[in-house]
Amino acid sequence: MTVSNDDEALILASIDRFLERDVAPHAHALEASDTYPRDIVEQMKELGLFGATIDPEYGGLGLSAVTYAKIVERVSAVWMSVSGIFNSHLIMAAAVQRFGSEAQKRHYLPRFARGELRGGIALTEPDCGTDLQAIRTRAVRDGDAYVVNGSKTWISNSIEGQILAVLVKTDPQAQPPRRGMSLLLIEKGPGFEVSRKLEKIGYKGIDSGELTFDDCRVPVDNLIGEEEGRGLNQILAGLELGRINVAARGVGIARACLDESVAYAQVRKTFGKPICEHQSIQIKLAEMATRLEASRLLTEAAARAYDEGRRCDMEAGMAKLFATETAIHNSIEAMRIHGAYGYSKEFNIERYYRDAPLLAIGEGTNEMQRIIIARQLVERNPA
Amino acid sequence: MKILVAVKRVIDYNVKVRVKADGSGVETSNVKMSMNPFDEIAVEEALRLKEAGTAEEIVAVSMGIDRCQETIRTALAMGADRGILVQTEEELEPLAVAKLLKALVERESPGLVIVGKQAIDGDHSETGQMLAAILGWPQGTFASKLEFETDSVNVTREVDGGLEIVKLKLPAVITTDLRLNEPRFASLPNIMKAKKKPMETLTPAELGVDVTPRVTVVEVVEPPKRKAGIRVESVQALVEKLRNEAKVI
Repeated sequence: MTVSNDDEALILASIDRFLERDVAPHAHALEASDTYPRDIVEQMKELGLFGATIDPEYGGLGLSAVTYAKIVERVSAVWMSVSGIFNSHLIMAAAVQRFGSEAQKRHYLPRFARGELRGGIALTEPDCGTDLQAIRTRAVRDGDAYVVNGSKTWISNSIEGQILAVLVKTDPQAQPPRRGMSLLLIEKGPGFEVSRKLEKIGYKGIDSGELTFDDCRVPVDNLIGEEEGRGLNQILAGLELGRINVAARGVGIARACLDESVAYAQVRKTFGKPICEHQSIQIKLAEMATRLEASRLLTEAAARAYDEGRRCDMEAGMAKLFATETAIHNSIEAMRIHGAYGYSKEFNIERYYRDAPLLAIGEGTNEMQRIIIARQLVERNPA
Repeated sequence: MKILVAVKRVIDYNVKVRVKADGSGVETSNVKMSMNPFDEIAVEEALRLKEAGTAEEIVAVSMGIDRCQETIRTALAMGADRGILVQTEEELEPLAVAKLLKALVERESPGLVIVGKQAIDGDHSETGQMLAAILGWPQGTFASKLEFETDSVNVTREVDGGLEIVKLKLPAVITTDLRLNEPRFASLPNIMKAKKKPMETLTPAELGVDVTPRVTVVEVVEPPKRKAGIRVESVQALVEKLRNEAKVI
């Protein structure tokens, strides 16, 4: 389903209102105390954000990746943590929507869309992240249930959410290992424990948890797609949208850094003139703005390819790589432009500076993105 | 009861308005436009009346170019039931808007018309009053609270030195002040659903209204730039300047 430009404009206007009224005034205090933004989540439910990319047939909005990326950009420009609350939730929803059985879609998607059942995806383990085939969480079939044992870490929405799509090994001997990997929807219950909330330098407010599964019984009906051995492919398909979404977060932070810098550089004076009239600052602003624009265009191009159903791992990888490096670059430059105020906890710049590096690590490290891009270059251009 | 709400497309309140180089008006191309904030309050009040069971139907009306449909769609997404656009390229003055609204009132027979107390672009604050006058209806302007009785409404108005409460016999015209309510913003599902709500397009000619402007704008200029201040050496010099130059003490 496509969203017309008129609808997109209305949607973005509502998002802007929500951010201006319900997020911006509270972001500073919630982030400083690392508090989960419960009231904001309630507003997000009413706004319909938890169903943004879910098919209207199942109660969602069916927004395109292009529109979705613009929403993520706006949210992240105000407070990146808020985007994390619906981003990985929607990646979980996308896995159900693309690969789930009709019964699974009818059972879960409407509740996901309303935000009644919220969650995310659980892939990373204490000693494996990038190399997902090395996971050790095990699911053993026992009658009409799987018995899950293992642990996961850095899982967004795992403490406040009610359900996760968990990548497990159903056959640890399988060769290649991916044939033994499956994706299970696991709701909170006996044997599913959150062992602790992880402390981070940024990305505060959102719950990043460490989880333990101890003989956790999961009905076999919760196996996404009802067939074992498809989990890795199912999750990798969702990661394209995930990368577009992280790229959009990068665009958002990079823009916030630029906007605040452009405003501040006109107000702050040194040697009798606003610092925006000094070449050293002009060079920074020009570089920030150009990288931002390039990031936005790369992200939009990847989102468009995704919407058109084209292969977009290279495009999403490029967008993710460039936009997130731009976010880091712009946050450092914004800090230099703001001087001591940039370093101060009373202003936003230091938060962007702490939030941005996550983007280079999460959703596939930027080193990994370069490898994906290079492999695709070769594959698409055989000698 | 049916409620007619007028919504105007104006430059967004967050935009820094720039005067056109030729002084003919302000720059509106490539500028974010949105619903006049006082009209949002009008829509919100109508929605609350519907939710409370006082009203059954809300009709959102806008006037102007084709793009004013966006403003109507915003009202529909907030919860209005249907929309009417009176389409014209003509620059509409308050009297023309009032006459068009009168024609629509005669067509729709609403029990109440709610409009913003003023639009943030022209700042006329005339349309609601003119409409009440030409309809011969009572008016409750700058309303900060509405309380309905069977066939009347008590309107609280914020006036100098306190609150004034006027009782109007229905049908009536209300203009909204800032404190009447805090308008909701449209949820994304409601934006998608609003597409299916009916929107009718009419022209001033179809309504039999002549909207030819009667006022000529001579020139639009930026407000004068503030001059740089000066430092004075002593309190005495300051007092002297305040008294003799600024003439404020």
